[in-house]
Amino acid sequence: MKPDLAIEIAGIRMRNPVMVASGTFGYAEEYADVIDLSRLGAIVVKGISLKPWSGNPIPRLVEVPGGLVNAIGLQNPGVEGFIHQHMPFLRTLDTPVLVNIWGRTAQEYAETAARLNDVEGVRGLEINISCPNIKEGGLAFGTNPSAAADVIRAVRARTRLPIIPKLSPNVSDIRVFARVAAEHGADAISLINSYPAMVIDVERRRPALANVTGGLSGPAIHPIAVKLVYEAAQATRLPIIGMGGISTARDALEFIIAGASAVAVGTATFGDPMTALNVIEGIETYLSDHGFSSASELVGALEQ
Amino acid sequence: MHLENTCVLSQKALGNYRVLELASERIAPAVRPGQFVHLRVPRLADAVLRRPLSVFRAEADRLALLYKPIGYGTGALTRVQAGDAVSLLGPLGNGFPVALPPDRMPVLVAGGYGVAPLFLLARELPQRGIVFAGTASAKDILCREDFEALGWDYRAATEDGTLGRQGLVTALLDDWMRNRPSNLMPEFYACGPDGMLRAVGERAVVGGWRAWLSLDRHMGCGVGACLACVQRLRRPEGIVWGRVCRDGPVFEAREIVWDEPGETKKEVSR
Ligand SMILES: Cc1cc2nc3c(=O)[nH]c(=O)nc-3n(C[C@H](O)[C@H](O)[C@H](O)COP(=O)(O)OP(=O)(O)OC[C@H]3O[C@@H](n4cnc5c(N)ncnc54)[C@H](O)[C@@H]3O)c2cc1C
Ligand SMILES: Cc1cc2nc3c(=O)[nH]c(=O)nc-3n(C[C@H](O)[C@H](O)[C@H](O)COP(=O)(O)O)c2cc1C
Ligand code: FES
Repeated sequence: MKPDLAIEIAGIRMRNPVMVASGTFGYAEEYADVIDLSRLGAIVVKGISLKPWSGNPIPRLVEVPGGLVNAIGLQNPGVEGFIHQHMPFLRTLDTPVLVNIWGRTAQEYAETAARLNDVEGVRGLEINISCPNIKEGGLAFGTNPSAAADVIRAVRARTRLPIIPKLSPNVSDIRVFARVAAEHGADAISLINSYPAMVIDVERRRPALANVTGGLSGPAIHPIAVKLVYEAAQATRLPIIGMGGISTARDALEFIIAGASAVAVGTATFGDPMTALNVIEGIETYLSDHGFSSASELVGALEQ
Repeated sequence: MHLENTCVLSQKALGNYRVLELASERIAPAVRPGQFVHLRVPRLADAVLRRPLSVFRAEADRLALLYKPIGYGTGALTRVQAGDAVSLLGPLGNGFPVALPPDRMPVLVAGGYGVAPLFLLARELPQRGIVFAGTASAKDILCREDFEALGWDYRAATEDGTLGRQGLVTALLDDWMRNRPSNLMPEFYACGPDGMLRAVGERAVVGGWRAWLSLDRHMGCGVGACLACVQRLRRPEGIVWGRVCRDGPVFEAREIVWDEPGETKKEVSR
């Protein structure tokens, strides 16, 4: 018998637990030619803010062994631009669409969330309090529990959509942030965002990125992410979306066994656009080979 | 755009460059001049990114790339042999416009690997014209006979003076421009380093001609999703970021907003 891959997270039903991560899949149109989007569990679009944002100067991205460091700086057309330019396409998909939002103040997060409330086709909000690449907002909220609480509370007050705060790996105790999210009305949490990092071009003795520092993603951060998902799962009963360095089904299975209900594929899509679909197949094979009848049975199935 | 798992047919050295020929039944027939493929270098397990390479030749069932090994990925690519499996994503980007009014003469300006996309273009333009190619030394003068066989006038400049004029290709272009018949209306197509592209663009703008410039920017996804490869462009709605991989790599000279030395703030209007 085929195992049941379907899950429900934050009230959103998905055909399988494999999503694509914010910022690595644009607005989905970009990959529509090569991937059957209807096979994905969910799509998380690039971070959106209240007003259009131009992001950082170039170079914005540099490859390192086992990953890349990016400092895109959250370039986006603003929430109105997003609704008009990208929702018409996204709305045609039968895959749930989550919008990743960010702001410079708790108020901006809340207004962006409120604007998306009645937009047809938006199924949930991922709240980015963990971007390493902008000075205001972003990480400033994600590394301070009371600032994180302010953002989550402000967004909760203005939206009926499920909200999913996205946590930073750059904290001394992830459990604190998992609990803050639960206490202030989050429906799930996602982790991790990229890890603050820096690369120097030794020939020119200059930073490789125009922004000087950026965020490390890809296989290099996978074990760090697994540990943080494991710890967060001990601290909260909120469903967890695990991500960071997934390039194979085994990488995704580690997150699920550690306690994640769903996973997201990010950087690996650049090297192989089929990664998310291969991960789905691999999870299915694993479940049948190991006698599990559903994906949810495996969540947190770590033996110690 | 296709994702094609294919294999290497051959790899040959050409001066300091390599020509890599790949089987391709889906991408090759769809390629337009100036488009590129995003190639996953095989057996490079710790490299997460593909590498963008322009299409140099395209036939019904195969395509060729012309590249210079300059680093980790392109260095490893030199070890790839006939029969090896390779993944390609393409064709990507907008490519050069190939329609040209009959009174215009195409002028191609190539720096380094820039001859690759321009050679494909030279085969498809409705008129023949002149090619200016610049490289470090005679060893790297690429495809001279191929262009000449197609009926193009080929002029070379080498930085070390081992062949053709010594110096930059733009100096060669300037000499020719000064002495050309006054009724000749050039249309420029260029691919090479930014400094060269900018110089060609400035000459076109001053003369009131058009210049189609193919930019090289560090890429992530290659399909427009990650916003790594952006370039400021002048558009009716203001200064905007264009994605070199999707909106480019070819832009008309007047559209491009070049960075000024010492400029730190790079605001765009949206
Ligand atoms: C549209 C386009 C078409 C191109 N066509 C050709 C071609 O036909 N022939 C050719 O020889 N080269 C071409 N290039 C340049 C080629 O992509 C780079 O030389 C190559 O990516 C370098 O990879 P590497 O791993 O050897 O270098 P490394 O420096 O070791 O690479 C590290 C990282 O930087 C990126 N990178 C480094 N230099 C460049 C560069 N100049 N452009 C883009 N990314 C870079 C790499 O992709 C990688 O992510 C093209 C670039 C673009 C954008
Ligand atoms: C180029 C790039 C852009 C990103 N943009 C965003 C973003 O806009 N919002 C966000 O919350 N995370 C963003 N991320 C982080 C990813 O969603 C993901 O959390 C992180 O990359 C770890 O997963 P990975 O290792 O599978 O890529 C971005 C990552 C990359 C590589
Ligand atoms: S390389 Fe990703 S947008 Fe151009």
